[in-house]
Amino acid sequence: MSLFLVVALPFFGALLPGMMNSAGRSACAGVTFTVSLMAFVGLLTNLPAVMAGEVVTARVDWMPLLGLNFTLMLDGLGFFFALLILGIGLLIITYGRHYLSRNDNMGEFFTYLLLFQGAMVGIVLSDNVLLLLVFWELTSLSSFLLIGYWKHLPEGRQGARMALAVTGMGGLAMVGGMLILGQIVGSYDLSVILQNREAIQADPLYVPALVLILLGCFTKSAQFPFHFWLPHAMAAPTPVSAYLHSATMVKAGIFLMARMWPVLSGTPEWFVIVTSAGLVTMVLGAVIALFKHDLKALLAFSTVSHLGLITMLLGTGTAFGALAAVFHILNHATFKAALFMSAGIVDHEAHTRDIRRLGGLRRLMPITFAIASLAALSMAGIPLLNGFLSKEMMLEEAHHTVLFGSHWLVPVMATLGSLFSAAYCFRFIGHTFLGPVRDDYPHKPHDPGAGMWMPPAILVVLVVVIGVAPFLVQDFVFMVAKSVIGDAAELKTKYIKIWHGLVPALYMSIIAVVGGLVLVRTHAPLQKLWETTPRPEAKVIFEAIVEGAARMAQALIHPLHNGSFTRYAMIGVIAMIAAGYHAWATGTVAAPVRELQVAGPVPIAGWAMLVAATVGLVAMHRHRLLSLILIGIVGLMVSIGFVYLSAPDLAMTQFTVEVVTIILLLLALNFLPNRTPVESTVPRRIRDGVVAVAGGLATFGLAYHYMLREAVTTPISEFHLANSYKGGGGTNVVNVILVDFRGFDTYGEIIVLGIAALLIFALTETLLNGPVRRRLLNRVPDQPRSGDMHPMMMVVLTRVIMPVVLLVGFYIFMRGHNEPGGGFIAGLIVSIAVVMQYMASGFTWTSARLRYPYHGVIGAGVLVAGFTGIGSWFVAKPFLTSDFTYVRIPPFHKFELATAALFDLGVFLAVVGAVMLSLESFSRLARRADTPESEYPMDIDPSRDDPDTAKMKEGV
Amino acid sequence: MELLVASAIGVLTTAGIYLVLRLRTFPVILGMSLLTYAVNIFLFASGRLTIGAPPILQDGVTTYTDPVPQALVLTAIVISFGMTAVVVMISLGAYLGSDDDHVDDQPEATGSEERS
Repeated sequence: MSLFLVVALPFFGALLPGMMNSAGRSACAGVTFTVSLMAFVGLLTNLPAVMAGEVVTARVDWMPLLGLNFTLMLDGLGFFFALLILGIGLLIITYGRHYLSRNDNMGEFFTYLLLFQGAMVGIVLSDNVLLLLVFWELTSLSSFLLIGYWKHLPEGRQGARMALAVTGMGGLAMVGGMLILGQIVGSYDLSVILQNREAIQADPLYVPALVLILLGCFTKSAQFPFHFWLPHAMAAPTPVSAYLHSATMVKAGIFLMARMWPVLSGTPEWFVIVTSAGLVTMVLGAVIALFKHDLKALLAFSTVSHLGLITMLLGTGTAFGALAAVFHILNHATFKAALFMSAGIVDHEAHTRDIRRLGGLRRLMPITFAIASLAALSMAGIPLLNGFLSKEMMLEEAHHTVLFGSHWLVPVMATLGSLFSAAYCFRFIGHTFLGPVRDDYPHKPHDPGAGMWMPPAILVVLVVVIGVAPFLVQDFVFMVAKSVIGDAAELKTKYIKIWHGLVPALYMSIIAVVGGLVLVRTHAPLQKLWETTPRPEAKVIFEAIVEGAARMAQALIHPLHNGSFTRYAMIGVIAMIAAGYHAWATGTVAAPVRELQVAGPVPIAGWAMLVAATVGLVAMHRHRLLSLILIGIVGLMVSIGFVYLSAPDLAMTQFTVEVVTIILLLLALNFLPNRTPVESTVPRRIRDGVVAVAGGLATFGLAYHYMLREAVTTPISEFHLANSYKGGGGTNVVNVILVDFRGFDTYGEIIVLGIAALLIFALTETLLNGPVRRRLLNRVPDQPRSGDMHPMMMVVLTRVIMPVVLLVGFYIFMRGHNEPGGGFIAGLIVSIAVVMQYMASGFTWTSARLRYPYHGVIGAGVLVAGFTGIGSWFVAKPFLTSDFTYVRIPPFHKFELATAALFDLGVFLAVVGAVMLSLESFSRLARRADTPESEYPMDIDPSRDDPDTAKMKEGV
Repeated sequence: MELLVASAIGVLTTAGIYLVLRLRTFPVILGMSLLTYAVNIFLFASGRLTIGAPPILQDGVTTYTDPVPQALVLTAIVISFGMTAVVVMISLGAYLGSDDDHVDDQPEATGSEERS
């Protein structure tokens, strides 16, 4: 099966559990299981190739310019991890089905689980480090959802947040490290990076890259001092813990260290950082685990300890160390998942995980006892179980490792770690299952159904089989180890043996087991001693740091971001002026090459009107109706300016938009107060004025400067002018650009326009259905109303003129491709024609004659434009490729038929719909309860205010 | 001519910024409209100013003004209508909901009465 499918299946499959939720819990789990199984089988189909030493790849270029490609690669290491992720995933799904109660939303759980599974598989199969980072962050996010699955538990939420904060932070650091690595090598493809060991290690940026990447790995794999998040993540449901902390999430960091092992390892920096971090984590985790009463907390710290062990092995940088690490990853995944599931079974049946309230379960839960004991003994390193084999290899490797010049440090620490490890394993078995049966369990326990004990049992069978007959997995482990090592070192070991003879590792092992038994015997006094010893509490420290960071952020942000939009506008304006000034002061300005064009009296007069209207607008902006008239003058002058400066299309658009904008503002002003009160102080107005003048001078300077200079690079306009007729079949270049060259942009724009109109409609609906409704209905207008609601002259005139305007619209539309005009302008003209009917004949009269709702018109426009674009697919051309031809139907002139005209029709419809929907929504607000709209036009409103008594009422 | 257009942009920007910094919604909307004019003319002027040479292809004519900024500005004008309409709607909704047309939240409910 293609690697793409293996990665994509869990992601697409994640859609299914939610849908199957109502079909029952088994259906939900069943579909999840099927999806995982398909991916699992798909992975297995690649096994022969991988065993033969091939690297299976799959590649799609995504953003080749950025070096970001969707490339997947499956080698021994990737296969190994994907096998663990999917294989244990299958067991967890089965277990989870029986573990979760009826109150838990199973669809949600399995959706998260599949997302997580997909992200993990993505990490281990990525051949591109950027892609790997994407999946890496996805695991952080989806594990956040999983850990916080029980949203009602504060511990769950806190644990999820902590995990996200710590691993997310590490992920960010790793982004930096990976980018450095990519810069050094010149490629973001892992397979290329892995070939460049010498170049990377010789680079001065090697150490920063190493530290950043290791930060990512250490946070993910809970290495000291980032180990603290893992135990808090235990608030998750047990299937999640079993999955995240045995085979997947925390192994991601280990995986990455193994993946990068050929290029990063072998240097003193790597050795010191990784080995010492691993060593400290191993001992610390083991010691803390011994004193935890919660079964899951005990297992959590044991996980921390074992991750430290693996990290330490990878840190040694020898081939044997890598082999031992790979083998221990496999063994740890099997026994730890089984242990977590056993702890979950105990919790599920006895209703407690507190080791002090348990004991004697051996007789009540014999199956669980057998499973948990075998797994725990394997973890303790008892011979004939798989944990013993890899632990022996670890001790062997530790025996040869010299850290900080000391031959004793690593072996002693390793033995100490193993000793505590054995101790907590014995405690796990002894205090939970052995001893007398008690009669005060919160719930009388018994063995669960096969659905719950079968998954851990399968894993324990593996534990025993690998432990007794390691040669069965030997080839596989060596193959994986070789793909880790690459060409960086040579693996001399040939076999995994149970009996090596009387070597130091055996003595260390014996010391560990005997010492562990002694520790368990003396546990009670040790526990007292532990509890009286003061020690730093990681959660408190973490929360203090978070609190401090939040306070700093608040101190920085609150003065700037205090909720005042006016202040934001001010800050924005000043920042833009400053940035512009900086660019001007530091950049170079070319000499002006263009001549000033002479302006005649007419342009000067127009300019004077524009400036006068603008200044008047500012001076009289408190009188809102007057300011509307003034802004109308500004718009008119701008339109005339466009005409003068060779932009007829712009002029027509500006002019028509001006009309609908003024109508819109008038409608709004109907509700708003008529005057703006004097509020701001004089200094404030002066300050605003200064800022405004600075902004105005800046834009003036910028515009004046560039209008006198040629463009820095040749504009692309020549292309459009040259190809407009030949390629687009139209002589109006602006229109051809809109509907042809840049048709996709226009398509986006009509969609935006449609969305804006729908937004206005939705807001109106909300207002009309909310508490505002009553106020609107009982509103007393602040202006005397005209008694002649629908003046006869206006009604007659608008109705007579309607066909004419529509004809003009049609004409403007048809000629748009060759002469000024087109869909935008025609749409606006037709909208104005319809608005006139509303204004003259009334809302009810016009609405009653409306055949199509405006939403539908918008939708039709977008669809027409979209289908026109799709049409070109049928002739195997890209989206929106246009075509045109000339036809002649006697007695007409020869005329052009272009697909672009169809596209323009879509634009037209969308514009009409959007404009009308916006204006109609506004006017719907104005309808009142006391004056029902008349059925008939040209009527008199008898309830009107008497103009003599009604005073002009001012706004608030 | 260039001086006229550039100064018009400057004047429109000045007025626009000043009005955007006002405290009530209506002047802010007017200010945004003025800024829209300024930006549109500015974009349009990036094609440099040409008089009497519209980009309508004709036989025998070789000089045309730059059509690309015109196409950009044309859609910008239409979109700006949509933007204005949405902003007006939002400010109207806010006013009808709270009987207060301040741009910023007022510290107290009675604050607007005293200050107006």
